[in-house]
Amino acid sequence: MNSTNTAATLLAASGLGKRYRRRWALSGCTLEIPAGRVVGLVGPNGAGKTTLLHLAAGLIASTTGTVEVLGGRPGDGPVQLARVGFVAQDTPVYPALSVGGHLRMAGYLNPGWDAAEARRRIEQLGIDPRQRAGRLSGGQRAQLALTLAVAKRPDLLILDEPVASLDPLARREFLRSVAGTVAGRGTNVVLSSHLVADLELICDYLVVLVASRVRLAGDIAELLASHQQRGGQPVRLDDLVVAAMSQTGDIQ
Amino acid sequence: MIRFTSLQLRAQAAVVAGALALLAVVAAGLLHRDDGTARLWLGVLVLVTPALIGMFWGAPLVAREFEEGTYRLAWTQSVTRTRWLVVKLAVVGLASMAAAGLLSLVVTWWSGPLDRTDLNQFATFDQRGIAPIGYAAFAFALGVLAGALIRRTLPAMFVTLAAFIAVRLTEFSWLRPRLLHPVLLNLPLNPASTGYGQQGTLSVLFSSPTLMPNPPDLPNTWITSLGIVNARGRALTTQLLSSACPGIGQGRGGGGGGGLGGHNKAPQAVVNRLQDCVAKIGTTYHEALAYQPASHYWPLQWYELAIFLSAAVILANVCLWRIRRS
Repeated sequence: MNSTNTAATLLAASGLGKRYRRRWALSGCTLEIPAGRVVGLVGPNGAGKTTLLHLAAGLIASTTGTVEVLGGRPGDGPVQLARVGFVAQDTPVYPALSVGGHLRMAGYLNPGWDAAEARRRIEQLGIDPRQRAGRLSGGQRAQLALTLAVAKRPDLLILDEPVASLDPLARREFLRSVAGTVAGRGTNVVLSSHLVADLELICDYLVVLVASRVRLAGDIAELLASHQQRGGQPVRLDDLVVAAMSQTGDIQ
Repeated sequence: MIRFTSLQLRAQAAVVAGALALLAVVAAGLLHRDDGTARLWLGVLVLVTPALIGMFWGAPLVAREFEEGTYRLAWTQSVTRTRWLVVKLAVVGLASMAAAGLLSLVVTWWSGPLDRTDLNQFATFDQRGIAPIGYAAFAFALGVLAGALIRRTLPAMFVTLAAFIAVRLTEFSWLRPRLLHPVLLNLPLNPASTGYGQQGTLSVLFSSPTLMPNPPDLPNTWITSLGIVNARGRALTTQLLSSACPGIGQGRGGGGGGGLGGHNKAPQAVVNRLQDCVAKIGTTYHEALAYQPASHYWPLQWYELAIFLSAAVILANVCLWRIRRS
């Protein structure tokens, strides 16, 4: 990969670190992901996944190092903000604001807003637009958050453990919505989870992050092929990730 | 962004507008305009409204976004967070000023007849006119800043209240008397109206009793200082007083005619002794008075508004700086 060829890079981090008071949430993270991918970011709790994604969305500023998203500095002006759709962990919404109010809000705040698409999605989910967002089920709330992020028509969609708190059925439906969105647009996606099964459904690229370090990164099909022993059983992605997490050294 | 902020503010703004309209109707129709108790409580309402605005509009503005995690939604729309906060500060800040201003307007109008007969306009200075607009803007910005720093609504509300009260007390007791040059007045000591004792309740702890001249009747003015000084401007000391008048203050109280000090009627002998003492002191000492005349009322209102609005703008900029680097 050539890091100066920005159009071809989804995310490039170099020596990236973030410190909160005395605790480093992420330190010395170096990573390069090619564009046009649906990326699964997996790692144990505390690996720095959320911090990395917050840095990529421009929600927080880095303490050390640099990060570029689609060739731009995260959160640097309205154009860069418009290019990245973000679904935060626990999918926060304004409890007192109605679902329709959220769509109107996003319409006001995003020049590229696709109102018809947003309405269609909400309709399809059977959610009453007059309902207050605070009274939605966890699954519905996640779908609303996804709708808000998708209908602004971003070039990159970042999802930070969006299904962690959902029941298995809502989880499957949510991931299916994401998959449908990706198929329809060819958007770049980064989806984090601590469950490999979530990622296997929709991702074609995998990054394993352990304690701020990239343990494994690459095209999923290539990773599986390269780790398969000659004439042996096919390797499961699960085993590959567990093996990557439990080894001690760094591999790039 | 303006439309979004209005959308979020709509419910609260409707409640406040309704309450203001109701108050105006009640004040105009139901409350008799010679009702002193109603005048008192309406004044208190104007006094506490800025603090309530700071606590309930200012403090949650940013703190609740952090508390509920919605900052991650708000700051990933296609609007920079600087613009997000500028608009929020401007829209809700102007709404705060409008609410406090309208309330003050209604109360100032309603209390007009009683205020004019009371002839003590500086006593209600903080509850009338345009000063409350400045207090509301300041309290709001203070609340937003507390929320941005603490990031939790409830503690931010209490910090806002405490800081607002501290600032207002300091401003009122220290800064406001110094904003405009007072009118100075020297009067001879009047033995018939000068008492002996202490003023206020708390001052008992900090000062010893002294001679207390009764201030002259100056309608609609604000007496900011009152003392007994000699020709060179030196204040009367306790030692000098006790050497000139040995035995003063012994035997219950000793207020002169209408003096501030005495509570009970003192025996005639004590009164005579005090009056002799005041006459003796009066040969070298006189009463020195500093006051803000009635003509300073509106200039002081404008100063007050300008000071608190400037402070609000400064606090708002600190908020922006804090949010930008979080």
